[in-house]
Amino acid sequence: MTTLLRIIPARFVVRRPQRMIERHVVAYRRQWLIIVSGFFEPLFYLLSMRAGLGSLVGDVSVAGKAVPYDAFVAPALMASSAMNGAIFDSTGNVLHRMKYARIYDAALATPMSPADVAVGEISWALLRGQLYAGSFLGVMAALGLVQSWWVFMALPACALVGLTFAGIGFAATTYMRGWSDLEIVTTATMPLFLFSATFFPASSYGSWGWVVQISPLYHGVALVRAANTGVWTASVLAHVAVLLAVSIAALALAAKRLDVLLRK
Amino acid sequence: MPEPLIVASQLVKRFGDFTAVDGIDVEVQRGEAFGFLGPNGAGKSSTMRMIGCVSPVTAGTLRLFGLDAATHGAQIRRRLGVVPQLDTLDTEITVQENLWLYGRYFDLPRAEAKRRAAELLEFAQLTDRADSIVDNLSGGMKRRLSIARSLINEPELLLLDEPTTGLDPQARHVLWDRLYRLKQQGVTLVLTTHYMDEAEQLCDRLVVMDQGRIVAEGSPRSLIEQYSTREVLELRFAAGTNEAAAPQLGGIGERQELLPDRVLVYAADGEAALAEAHARGLQPESALVRRSSLEDVFLLLTGRTLAD
Repeated sequence: MTTLLRIIPARFVVRRPQRMIERHVVAYRRQWLIIVSGFFEPLFYLLSMRAGLGSLVGDVSVAGKAVPYDAFVAPALMASSAMNGAIFDSTGNVLHRMKYARIYDAALATPMSPADVAVGEISWALLRGQLYAGSFLGVMAALGLVQSWWVFMALPACALVGLTFAGIGFAATTYMRGWSDLEIVTTATMPLFLFSATFFPASSYGSWGWVVQISPLYHGVALVRAANTGVWTASVLAHVAVLLAVSIAALALAAKRLDVLLRK
Repeated sequence: MPEPLIVASQLVKRFGDFTAVDGIDVEVQRGEAFGFLGPNGAGKSSTMRMIGCVSPVTAGTLRLFGLDAATHGAQIRRRLGVVPQLDTLDTEITVQENLWLYGRYFDLPRAEAKRRAAELLEFAQLTDRADSIVDNLSGGMKRRLSIARSLINEPELLLLDEPTTGLDPQARHVLWDRLYRLKQQGVTLVLTTHYMDEAEQLCDRLVVMDQGRIVAEGSPRSLIEQYSTREVLELRFAAGTNEAAAPQLGGIGERQELLPDRVLVYAADGEAALAEAHARGLQPESALVRRSSLEDVFLLLTGRTLAD
């Protein structure tokens, strides 16, 4: 163990990330409304798509299978809700805890490591995204938008989306100077939400389709959509690989930055 | 003899080109109350952060409990209590949640953390505020909670960075009383302060720091005996005439010090010095004889007052 500790820098040692989650569970017991509110945005989108656009657009082809427009959009909104939950927690809330409430300073004066804090915070954000994705799945089922039993695989897919965006959000937040920088987050997530093959298939972008593939959300949407239709192709592995790679890189960067920022 | 609790040798902390701590040597024995005294910017807080194993040592060595701070940070922090200069209390949760959740960072089982939290609420006289959200506490209460929280892991060494800065006199005395009790229980205290009375009240031994270096070391009493006279005569002359009056005091007492608002005369017998000044025809607006304090030691060693 001691030799291992010498090889891995102390900031990457993860022993008790669950302590951060425990703190948030206690803190949010009194603020559960804030958490619940995040569920409604994608729900309203879905209802408006179903009531309005759906009747105009008709069916969309997914992997050779024709699906109604609302059933096409719903998995994308589910993935987006996982992204939003993870991003909201890992940016604004993390900024508050890091710079203003100084909760991490307090934690790092104990045996907690920067990696414990980073992993704990990212897991919490992921869980929050997962909560939204899970409730959204319930709504999809209630509205008859579930196409296949494979849809349960949409939950781990959303967990991966949550992990990716929680990691990116946390790492990005370590570079923020103050509240005004949060605007950049909104500016960045809006196009991701709109252009990740969310509302129309990637094929409709023509020769610009490769740009869409840069978006991590696009890979998440593709996974959730595959789960809902139950049609799995080899491309699924590529989507998983991209999301995993981005998550790991973001997590490592987050722990390193936290170390630099708080252990001066 | 066992190794001292803290052994720092040639300890250096640099931030870029700025040297905050410039090669200090410190040893603290178990059970001691040890102080770092100095003005803002002397390097006290940087030293404390290194001792707290949250700030890497730039050069030199630092050992606590016989362990190297560079490689055993987590093991050392497990045995430390830290009260930072600015409260880092969790303002979104209650007073008692602040205590037991912090205990969880030290891997205390939840039941044990809650049992200790209840005890510490008593100690900090906060039992009736147990369910208050921290934001609603007064400054003195927050400080007491910070100290209570730092004790949740039953630390062998308690680090306090400016523990009473910003508190009213009554709150300071309550806090000193609590710290004194801890000392009696055998907890080693290391604190920084720029208050002389605090250092004199709490510290068995202290070092005076200035510009990242240690300029003197000893017990409060021995420092005063070594660097100052038994008494000090403080003379205030009419506005703007202190400077003109100072030279006329030459030869009275051991030494004179001209400050912007008063002239200090260091003498074994303050009353005799005042009589001598009167005999020379000097007419200060006010005159005060007091015992020497660490403030005077600091002034002599650095040529500056602590308020500078």
